[in-house]
Amino acid sequence: MSDHGPSSLKHGERHNGDVNPRRKFVGQRVTRLEDPPLVTGRGTYVGNLNFPHQLHMRVVRSTYANAIIRSIDTSAALAHPGCRGVWTGADVADIPPITFRPTSIQGLEPYRQYILARDRVRYVGEPIAVVFADDPYVAEDIADLVTMDGEALPVILSADTAPGEFAPGLSTEALVLRKNFGDIESALSSAFKVVEVDVQVGRHSGVPMENRGALARIDHSRDVLECYGQGKRPHAHRDAVATLIGRSPASMHFYEGHIGGGFGVRGEIYPEDVLTCLAAQRFDRPVKWVEDRRENLLACNHSREQRHVVRGAFDKDGRLLGIDAKLWHDQGAYVRTHGARVPDMAMGTLIGAYHVPSYRTVGYVRMTNKTPAATYRSPGRFESTYACERLMDAAAEQFGLSRIEIRRRNLIPKEAYPYARAMEILDHAVELDSGDFAGLLEKTLVDIRWDELQAQVAARRAKGELVGVGMGFFMEKGGLGPVDGAKVTVDTKGKVQVITGASSIGQGVETVMAQIAADALGVEYRDVKVIHGRTDVLEYGIGSHASRATVMTGGATRMAALNVRRKALEFASRHLVEAPVEMLDIVDGQVVRIDRPGEPGIPIGKVAAALAPSPATVEFGNPGLTAEGWFETAGMTHPYGIHTALVKVDPDTGETKVERFHVAYDIGCAINPMLVEGQIVGGVAQGLGGALFEEFVYDERGEPLSVTFADYLMPTANEMPPVDVLLTEDAPSPNNALGMKGAGEAGITGVGAAIAAAIDDAIGIPNAITRLPVTPQRLKALLKQRGAVPA
Amino acid sequence: MDSTLSRSISLKINGRAVQATVDVRHTLADFLRHQLELTGTHLGCEHGVCGACTVLVDGRSARGCLMLAVQANGREVTTVEGIAAADGTLHPLQQAFKDLHGLQCGFCTPGMLTTLVELLNDTPDPTEAEVRVAISGNLCRCTGYQAIVDATLAAAKTMRGTAAAGGVR
Repeated sequence: MSDHGPSSLKHGERHNGDVNPRRKFVGQRVTRLEDPPLVTGRGTYVGNLNFPHQLHMRVVRSTYANAIIRSIDTSAALAHPGCRGVWTGADVADIPPITFRPTSIQGLEPYRQYILARDRVRYVGEPIAVVFADDPYVAEDIADLVTMDGEALPVILSADTAPGEFAPGLSTEALVLRKNFGDIESALSSAFKVVEVDVQVGRHSGVPMENRGALARIDHSRDVLECYGQGKRPHAHRDAVATLIGRSPASMHFYEGHIGGGFGVRGEIYPEDVLTCLAAQRFDRPVKWVEDRRENLLACNHSREQRHVVRGAFDKDGRLLGIDAKLWHDQGAYVRTHGARVPDMAMGTLIGAYHVPSYRTVGYVRMTNKTPAATYRSPGRFESTYACERLMDAAAEQFGLSRIEIRRRNLIPKEAYPYARAMEILDHAVELDSGDFAGLLEKTLVDIRWDELQAQVAARRAKGELVGVGMGFFMEKGGLGPVDGAKVTVDTKGKVQVITGASSIGQGVETVMAQIAADALGVEYRDVKVIHGRTDVLEYGIGSHASRATVMTGGATRMAALNVRRKALEFASRHLVEAPVEMLDIVDGQVVRIDRPGEPGIPIGKVAAALAPSPATVEFGNPGLTAEGWFETAGMTHPYGIHTALVKVDPDTGETKVERFHVAYDIGCAINPMLVEGQIVGGVAQGLGGALFEEFVYDERGEPLSVTFADYLMPTANEMPPVDVLLTEDAPSPNNALGMKGAGEAGITGVGAAIAAAIDDAIGIPNAITRLPVTPQRLKALLKQRGAVPA
Repeated sequence: MDSTLSRSISLKINGRAVQATVDVRHTLADFLRHQLELTGTHLGCEHGVCGACTVLVDGRSARGCLMLAVQANGREVTTVEGIAAADGTLHPLQQAFKDLHGLQCGFCTPGMLTTLVELLNDTPDPTEAEVRVAISGNLCRCTGYQAIVDATLAAAKTMRGTAAAGGVR
C-alpha cells in the first residue's frame, strides 16, 4: 500500500487495527434475508399501506409544455360532493421552491420548481393543482374537473440549439461548467492526428416497476409527522422536506418499507412528496398519494439526454496527448435535488481509464420544456463512457490499429495508481485509488475466448450475416463519503440488530450488512437483523445511492460490530472468564478461549444479559452489549470494467439482436458475489434498454409521446441475451479494510459504448452509430443512407 | 354513469369462499388489494403491459388490472398469497426464487410467480426458451431475467422429482 501523505486517512487505525479480517460469510454466495416476505406477497410497498380515516391525493398536471397560467378553474371540483379540498399554487404560496443539495456551483436558484405551479408551467406533467377525497377513484373523478386556461408560449426542446428565455431576463442556459488541466492547446497543435466524434444519448430513465407514492400522517401521541414510502436518502430528504413545510427535523420521520426499485430516480425530492406531508399537516388526517404509470413517465425524473463533441489529440503512435470536449446537457424544465451533478460527473469521468495528459471540457447546462432531468444509475458515466469510447473506436480506425490495441496503449498503467487528476468531480479531488486495467483486459480476452470469437464472427460474416463485436471500457466511481455511522446491539438471546442509515432499494443491503457484521462480530449471518431507511432510530444516515452503501454503511457496520466484539471480550475477560482478553475470541456466537479449542464457550446472549444496566456495568464503562461505529473516507473508490457485446443486425428490419454479453469487473472485494452478479446482469438489461429501445419522445409542441409501456419499451426476457460475468478482486481499494469498491452501477456503464461499437462492426461501417438508442427505424435509415441495403 | 353502482359477487379466492359487494368500476386488482387487503398483487402500469398484477383465474393467468372485480363472479382466483402450501411450506417456485436470487426489489415477483405456476402446471419440463416466452409479458427492472429463468428451471426439476416420488402437490 502506498503512502498518501500526512493528510491521508487511509492507514491502519481507520481500519480499527484489524488488518486481517475474518471471512466466513464475506465473499460467500449466501441467500438473501430480504426474500421471505417478498416471495409470499407480504411486502410493505407504500401502496400496500393504509391508515384509518386517510385522504387520497390526486395531482392535476399541466397539459401545456410552456405557458403562462391565466386561470385555474376549481369550481366544478369543489362542487363535487366527495371533494375534501383543492389546492392550486396560491394555496401553497408560503412554501419555498424545492431545494437542491448545495455544491460549490452557484447560480441555479432561479431554476427551482415550486410544489405547485404559480404563474407559469414549463412541461407537460407539471403539477398545477391537487385534489383530496376519501376514495382514490373519486379523487381521480374530481381531478378531471380541474381545468387550466393558459397562454401558450413557444417551446424549446433541445439543448444544442440557441438558448431562449426561461423567465423574463433569464436565459435557458442555466450554467456553463468548465474543467481543465494540462495544456490542451499545445496538445492539439502538436498532435499527429486530431480525431473528433459528435455523439448523442437519448432521453431515458430508471423507470422502477413500483410507481412513486407517499403516505403521511401526524402521530399525535408523539407529535411527529410520519411519512412512509421514501427510499434511498431518507435522512437528507426528511431534513429538506421538514424545512420546506416549516417543521423541525426531529418532529418528522421517514420510513421506507419496501421500495420497488431505486435506480437513481428515488433520490429526487418531488413536489408530490412535499404536498403529501403538507396535506397531512394541514388536514390533520393521514394522506396517501400513489401515482399511476402515465404520471410516472411524465413526472418522475428523466435522465441521460446529452450531446458530446469530443476531440482527441493523438501522437504518431496513437497515444493521447489531450482531450477537448464539449457537452450539451438537456436539464428539462427545472433544476431539482441534484443540481448540476449529472453534467458535472459526465465531464469529470469522460476520460475514463485512460492516461490523458491534458483535458479541457465545457458543459452547457440548458433548460428545455421537458420533464426535469436528474440521476439514473451511473449518472453521467453511461453518457461520457459512450462518448469517450466512440472516440477510441474512431481513433483505432484512423490509426489502422485494432480497437483493443488503441486502448491498450492509452490505459493508465498499474504502477501509476493511485492516479491523481488535477480536477474535481462533485467538489472532490480526483484520485483513482487502485487499478490494473491491462490485467483485466488480458483476463477478459481469455474469458471470452477472443480469438475463437473473432474466427466465428468472420465465418458468419463470410456467409453474409451482419454480426459484430464491440467493447466498452469504463472507470466507475463509488463509495463517496465522507462519513457514515451504524449501531450494533446484541440481545439476550444472542440475536444481533444492526441499525443503519442505508436504504434498501432491492439491492440486498440487509444481507450484505449482515454478512459484514457477522464476520466482524463472530456470529451467524442469519442471526443479524438489519434496520434501514428509518430516521427515527438513527440520527444520521447516508442512504443508498451512487454505489456507496456497501462501502460506507458496510464500513460503519463493521466498525460498530468490532466495537461490540471488543466490548464483549473485555467484559468477559474481567467478569466472566478467568483469561486475558488476548486469549478470547467470539466464534459462532460464543465467547471462547483460543488456547482451549473444544471447550464450551459462553453464548454472547449471556454476555449481553450480564451487561444489562447495573452498578457493575456502569462501573465497567457503559451498560449494554451495544456500540456505535463510524467510518470515514477521504476519497471515492474506483472500480472498473469492460463490457463486450456480440450482436447481429437484421438489414431488412433494422433490428439489433444482442446474442451474448460479457461483463468483466474488478470490484475490489465482493461481499456476496451472487448479489453482485444480480446487480450486474440487471444493470446490463437497463443499459440495453437505453442503447436499443428506451426513449422519451416528444412531438414538436412538447407533447410527450412515451406515456405508457406500449410506447416506452423496456427489455423483456426475450430481448435479454445470456450475460456472463467475470468478477475479479485484483485491485482492492486501499480506502477500507475489506477493499470494497461498490457494485451498483457496473452492469450499465459501458453498455451504450459496447453496443454502438458492436453494431458498427456488424454493419461494417466504422463510427456509423452516433446516436442512442439505436432503434430499428434509425438503423434501417442509416443502412439505406450508407447504401448498405437497397433504398 | 353512476359511479356508486355496485354488485354483489361470490367467488373463491385462494381456496376460500368470498362474498362481497363491489363497485362495478373497480378492477379485480383493486378489489383484491383494497377490499380484501390481499396486497401481494401489485400494480405496475394499470394498462396490461407489465404483468405485476397477474393472478390466476380458474387456473389461467390474467391481468388483475384489466379485469373488473364483477367479472370474477363465480370464478376461482389464486393470488401470490395462495400459492404456498396450507402449512406455509413455500411453493417450489418461491423456494427457487429465494435460493437462486430470482428477485431483487420484489415488486414484479408476485406476477412472475403466478405466471410461472401456470407454465409449470401446463409444461412440467420447459426449455429455457419456453420459460422466457412465458414471462415475456412480465417486466422486471432489476434482475435482467436470467436468475428468474434459472430459478424456474430449478423449480420445475424439483416439482418433477416430487411428482415422480408420488408427491402431494
